[in-house]
Amino acid sequence: MKPSFFAVSEAENRLLPGGTFRSPTPYVIAIMTFVMMIVAAAGLALANAAGVVAGAVEHRYVLQLPDGRDGKLERAVQAARAVRGITEVEPVSEQQMRRTLERWVGPGGLGEDLPVPAIVHLDLAPGAKASAIGAALQRAIPGSRFIAEQATVQPLLGSLRALRWLAVALVALMAAATSAAVVLAARGALDTHRSTIEIMHGIGATDTQIARLFQRKIALDALVGALAGAAVAAIALLVVGGGGAALARDVAGTAPLRAGDLILLALMPFAAAVLATLVARAAVLSALRKAP
Amino acid sequence: MARRRTRATSRADGRGGLLSAIVEFDSVGLRYGTGAEVLRDLDFRLAKGGFYFLSGPSGAGKTSLLQLLYLARRPTRGRIRLFGQDLGDAPRDVLPDYRRRIGVVFQDFRLIRHLSAFDNVALPLRIAGKSDAEVEGPVREMLAWVGLADRASARPPTLSGGEQQRVAIARAVISQPELLVADEPTGNVDSDMAHRLLHLFTALNRLGTTIVVATHDVGLITGTPGARLMRLEKGTLTDPTGALRNPPAEPVSAR
Repeated sequence: MKPSFFAVSEAENRLLPGGTFRSPTPYVIAIMTFVMMIVAAAGLALANAAGVVAGAVEHRYVLQLPDGRDGKLERAVQAARAVRGITEVEPVSEQQMRRTLERWVGPGGLGEDLPVPAIVHLDLAPGAKASAIGAALQRAIPGSRFIAEQATVQPLLGSLRALRWLAVALVALMAAATSAAVVLAARGALDTHRSTIEIMHGIGATDTQIARLFQRKIALDALVGALAGAAVAAIALLVVGGGGAALARDVAGTAPLRAGDLILLALMPFAAAVLATLVARAAVLSALRKAP
Repeated sequence: MARRRTRATSRADGRGGLLSAIVEFDSVGLRYGTGAEVLRDLDFRLAKGGFYFLSGPSGAGKTSLLQLLYLARRPTRGRIRLFGQDLGDAPRDVLPDYRRRIGVVFQDFRLIRHLSAFDNVALPLRIAGKSDAEVEGPVREMLAWVGLADRASARPPTLSGGEQQRVAIARAVISQPELLVADEPTGNVDSDMAHRLLHLFTALNRLGTTIVVATHDVGLITGTPGARLMRLEKGTLTDPTGALRNPPAEPVSAR
């Protein structure tokens, strides 16, 4: 029994009989890994969506006028183009505004003499000072309002970020539940092999030597379970998430999960197996220390 | 204290030589939980290379005393020195090294049921870090020595009581322990097998191993030249033959 963290010889392997899938450990870890991967994928997709939304409106502002008639909109556009730091000026025509408002007030609901607010979309250069630009525009166009589009989507971004953290918390809870299941499995294995452990202790085996036998067995169970759970999760994500991916490409022009996210998800079953191995080792060593 | 220990571990044996102690118990007591002490005020020394029998009625505490000897239990009071080291309250992580220097034959054999006789005998060597190649020869030799060369691949449930006993003995002596502790080793075997076991122990003792055998078998005791007797009654050690004095009186078989 040469000291080694994981590898054991064939002879050592015979000390703890019983193959993989004889205990509930691989099944529990498969289910936990499946749920963890689905939740993690959802969390990553939400984080990406929040990033896309936030990126799209990061430098986007709106100049709002109470009334765009009598050349006020054109003057506002000219004034905006004259301000340094504004890279793009895109007015919304009065006809377009009326068409938009008619969705709420109904066709013909807006009389020709009723003033319609005017809107100019503005893109600011990266690093431009929005407050200074807003003040300059309000001086040039009295009565106008300078609004960051980020403020408009802030509630949505807040919700997306909250959901992302909820996903992180759920993954952490699943990892804790997996650890608890492994501790129970390790204690069960110790009880099953108590007589073998007592004999080995009596002959001079160290706690580390004995723990290595158990950690290897539990690590194999955990790895098989985690890979099985990950495979099912991958299929579920492909089938169920396929439609979502297409929609995300249409709306945001990007896939919901990036290459880095996929690598992270692929590493999860191995992380689960490593976690299970370390937890099993700690649980076994802790139990063995209670012996004389 | 250090000076006293030095005197205790090496005293004149009365024949002009030095008698070195492999085991020293000083005022040792043992209790289980909050019950009364099962062992009380044990004070004795066992000489290196000696052959000792431990006798006494059932329930006297023989097995408990042996468990203290092979470091399966710790005393609740007193001091135990093995191999010159205080081990009564030594940290757990130093004990395995000392346990490897002790061979134990348990009353109920304690073989690992799902391992072959070969693997059971090889276990101490593997725990000590020997490779499969290093283990093969000595284990085959040891199995032949106890007459089980042709039963190497048999598992304990398929072996007779006597065969299991011999596997247990082979496992206890395979690593050439300095101290061999046997608890009722002849309790489950016939008189012929008991005689053969005694022969094995005597041979080991001649090679320098200190032997401690707990037994009720008077024939075993009287049939062992040079052996000394320790008697345990109600948790207290008596010294009917003067064997535990240091230097000891004559061997029990000489009386």
